[in-house]
Amino acid sequence: MRITPLNRKLFRDLLAMKGQAIAIAMVVAAGVAVYVMYMATFTSLQRTQQAYYQRQRFADVFASLKRAPLRVVNELAALPDVSVVEPRVVSTVTLDLPAFEEPASARLVSIPVNRRPLINDLYLRRGRWIEAGRSDEVIASEGFVLANKLNPGDRIPAIINGRLRQLTIVGVALSPEYVYTIRPGEMVPDDKRYGIFWMDEQALAAAFDMEGGFNDVAIGLAPGVAPDEVIDGIDRILEPYGGLGAIPRSLQLSNWTVQNELNQMQTFGVLLPVIFMTVAAFILNVALTRALALQRPQIAALKALGYTNRAIGWHYLKWAFVIGLVGVVIGTAGGASLGSAIIDMYNSFFRFPVLLFGVPVHVVVESLALTFVAAGAGAFTAVRRAVAVPPAEAMRPEAPPRYRRSLFETPLIARQLGTAGRMVIRNIARHPLRAAASVFGIGFAVAILMIGFVFNGAIERLIVTQFWEAERQDVTISYVEPHSSTAQYALARLPGVMAVEPQRSVAARIRSGHHDRYLAISGVSPTQRFKRIVDRGGQAIRMPPGGVVLSLTLAKVLQIKPGDVVTLEVLEGHRPVRTLEVTGIVDDIMGLSAYMDITALHEMMHEGNVANGALMLVDSAHEAELASTLKKTPAVAGAAFKRAVLQSFRDVMAANMSLSIFINLIFAGIIAFGVVYNAARVSLSERSRELASLRVLGFTRAEISLILMGELALLTLVALPVGGMFGWGLAAAMVHTIDSEVYRFPLFVTRQAVAMSFLGIIVAACVSGLIVRRKLDQLDLVAVLKIRE
Amino acid sequence: MPALFDIRDLAKVYRMGEVEVHALRQINLRLDEGKFVVLLGPSGSGKSTLLNIIGGLDVPTSGEVIYRDTSLTHADEADLTSYRRQHVGFVFQFYNLIPSLTAVENVALVTEISDSPMDPAEALKLVNLGERQDHFPAQLSGGEQQRVAIARAIAKRPAVLLCDEPTGALDISTGVIVLEALERVNAEMGTTTVVITHNAAIASMADRVIRLADGRVVSVEDRTEKLAPRDLSW
Repeated sequence: MRITPLNRKLFRDLLAMKGQAIAIAMVVAAGVAVYVMYMATFTSLQRTQQAYYQRQRFADVFASLKRAPLRVVNELAALPDVSVVEPRVVSTVTLDLPAFEEPASARLVSIPVNRRPLINDLYLRRGRWIEAGRSDEVIASEGFVLANKLNPGDRIPAIINGRLRQLTIVGVALSPEYVYTIRPGEMVPDDKRYGIFWMDEQALAAAFDMEGGFNDVAIGLAPGVAPDEVIDGIDRILEPYGGLGAIPRSLQLSNWTVQNELNQMQTFGVLLPVIFMTVAAFILNVALTRALALQRPQIAALKALGYTNRAIGWHYLKWAFVIGLVGVVIGTAGGASLGSAIIDMYNSFFRFPVLLFGVPVHVVVESLALTFVAAGAGAFTAVRRAVAVPPAEAMRPEAPPRYRRSLFETPLIARQLGTAGRMVIRNIARHPLRAAASVFGIGFAVAILMIGFVFNGAIERLIVTQFWEAERQDVTISYVEPHSSTAQYALARLPGVMAVEPQRSVAARIRSGHHDRYLAISGVSPTQRFKRIVDRGGQAIRMPPGGVVLSLTLAKVLQIKPGDVVTLEVLEGHRPVRTLEVTGIVDDIMGLSAYMDITALHEMMHEGNVANGALMLVDSAHEAELASTLKKTPAVAGAAFKRAVLQSFRDVMAANMSLSIFINLIFAGIIAFGVVYNAARVSLSERSRELASLRVLGFTRAEISLILMGELALLTLVALPVGGMFGWGLAAAMVHTIDSEVYRFPLFVTRQAVAMSFLGIIVAACVSGLIVRRKLDQLDLVAVLKIRE
Repeated sequence: MPALFDIRDLAKVYRMGEVEVHALRQINLRLDEGKFVVLLGPSGSGKSTLLNIIGGLDVPTSGEVIYRDTSLTHADEADLTSYRRQHVGFVFQFYNLIPSLTAVENVALVTEISDSPMDPAEALKLVNLGERQDHFPAQLSGGEQQRVAIARAIAKRPAVLLCDEPTGALDISTGVIVLEALERVNAEMGTTTVVITHNAAIASMADRVIRLADGRVVSVEDRTEKLAPRDLSW
């Protein structure tokens, strides 16, 4: 292939401005990398999820109930659009893992012995299926097995319905129902202390007095049927059997979590690349405008030789496209490696048979298109202006730049500024759009860096609110069955226990008009000694003696305000239905929650001082002793030690956040560097003659650096507060996408987060400034004076 | 009269790729205080190189330049900067004014960094630009810009004023005004002035005319009859 002279010129010109070309290409690369990272991860995760759900026949509707006889299955199956019904016995048990002081727990889920489940089929990773008649055999979830380094054949002691039993792991499996496994009520998964055990239907029913019955059901629907229509029918059938309300797949916790992750990736995957590409287009415009000003004689010569405006325009547009193309290549590679790091992280949270990372062709094509649009837009005005100059005009040097006194220069300020200051101010005032573009670009770098730090701060705030202000107990106990207050006294006598507060919550459906939600209503004691209702600022709210207090999220879902009434359909005991006034709404950090005065709750349930759990203050010196006692206490279904919960919360968040802060740091650094470096190079190119004159007149290197760096410093300084606002807005937008019914993410922009992001950008700006300063040292004083620009 | 510059056996060799270019060969010269000196020569004769070395922008390959009692030959970068800052005024062919600064601010640029400068407005009056001191370079004609450059150069009260083709970019009548400004500075302030030019007519207003060709001094002429710029025949 013959390379045309114009293309040869293209490559040599690009080579001559390689520093700037690379800086711009890196910003493009950052945008492409973010796009590829999110979109490829999104596609990989979504395809894996869909294939997995389909192959293992993931159920469409889930329902829990107290107990129903097996014949009810036929009633459910007879509902229109219901295709498969798989009844199950499900229960949570305490495990006595010797490695841990505090008890671990497992969710036992029944499976048929001589056939595979019709829906929610397991993916058997290792070992074998359970054998008929072996009541001690279980298949354990992979996460639990890996976290505890277990193998098929290992035995685990468990307290099942009050009796200590040895369970033998015969297989290791995955389930579409437990892609994400989390102990109910906790905020982050803890594979070491919580697992899923699948067990023989008969054996499990026998252990929990469920023979001939079931307490949980998974339902498959005919293809294309909306679950909402079927759910009413299911609820109606299960209501007499203590039905706790059927939920569609979309609200099933594991699926919801994966789906939420997918949604977030899609949002960020569009939002962030657009920001990066806008910045890239801006700096491309600034760089090209300057480069083309230097090319005026060449443009004139090309025109004189007979090249058309179109040919010359295309020649210069290609500059932008080549830079963009380099960005796409680097960005795709970078995005692929970051995406695979994210998939690695997902592999530690989400359990799929195989979750592999791949970059789909369509993602690369889209990023190419995005880049060409941005590069074209950035180059367009610069190229048009340069090409439009008539040939004879182009032969003459450009008219000297016109300067004016800037608006800031009142006599008082002017005196303060000094000559260097005046030069800086006037140069900025002469190119207000360019200065704005730089401020905008650096501002976004600040914003991107800030997001990471803001989220880090928000997590710390979440920890303080949740673990210290809202829940002040050291240990949270849940009972297998509700107990009278005597259980509380028994707990108080255990080693190290200093104080006990009973806890009562009941499952209920809360309804207002046609909006409803299933949740647990918590009883709150008037003293609020351990567990308190706190708003997102950590302020405790007084519990009124009557009525119900709702979280803001729940109030929004139900579309109610204080003073309105809601209908409470309790799903336990004698299933009372009450109409209650909403006496308060708390703007808290959790998702859906509702509180009642504990005495009012007892009255509603027609019960005495019944509790289904307890909160305890313990002496940390006796924690180990207490834990081992609790492990062997049959009535205790679970015990959460704050220290351990907090530790696992921090571990998970640290793993998560350090990756994303690292990624943000790289991207913010690239943007800040790219913008500042480009601005400095353009400024240097325009003013090298001026600066060289000053050197000849006796100015030192330091003094002329001050003039060039002063301008960059001023732009950076202005960009910091602007970036702070961008960062706040971006963080708010991101929090908004996370804000969900499960939990809300508080937006706390701490001083530390702001300071850290400012500092990061100042460092990046200084580094690029110093690189350009080296160019100042190479100014050819003699040559620059001889030529007229 | 003491010599301001004593130049002995000065040579300058540039390497341009494979070729050695002898820009200056064995130059011996004395430049006296207060004189108006014109360096004449065609392109490539070495006059700019000589001016650059005298002005502290370049160092010789061999030989010596003594300024008053100090040798410039072995000065380092910082010494040369300080030498330019305190003792030398430069006037360039293309003026090299800072476009973002007004006339008076361009002059102040230099007075701010020198020890006992003139008042910038005073310096502009000396070149007859007192009225236009608040104009930006883009608002001034070429001759006016060059006179601002002269005011900027002399405002620090330099020992020597070095002018590289100061009228090269100007027409005759404007060139005359600029030369008058230079003559006035030389006469009133006693500043040693070195003008390099390839315009032989300017030689008629000099105290001493040095002709260079091919890197060597071909003649040195001390004149007693000086013409006023207005009377020069171009």
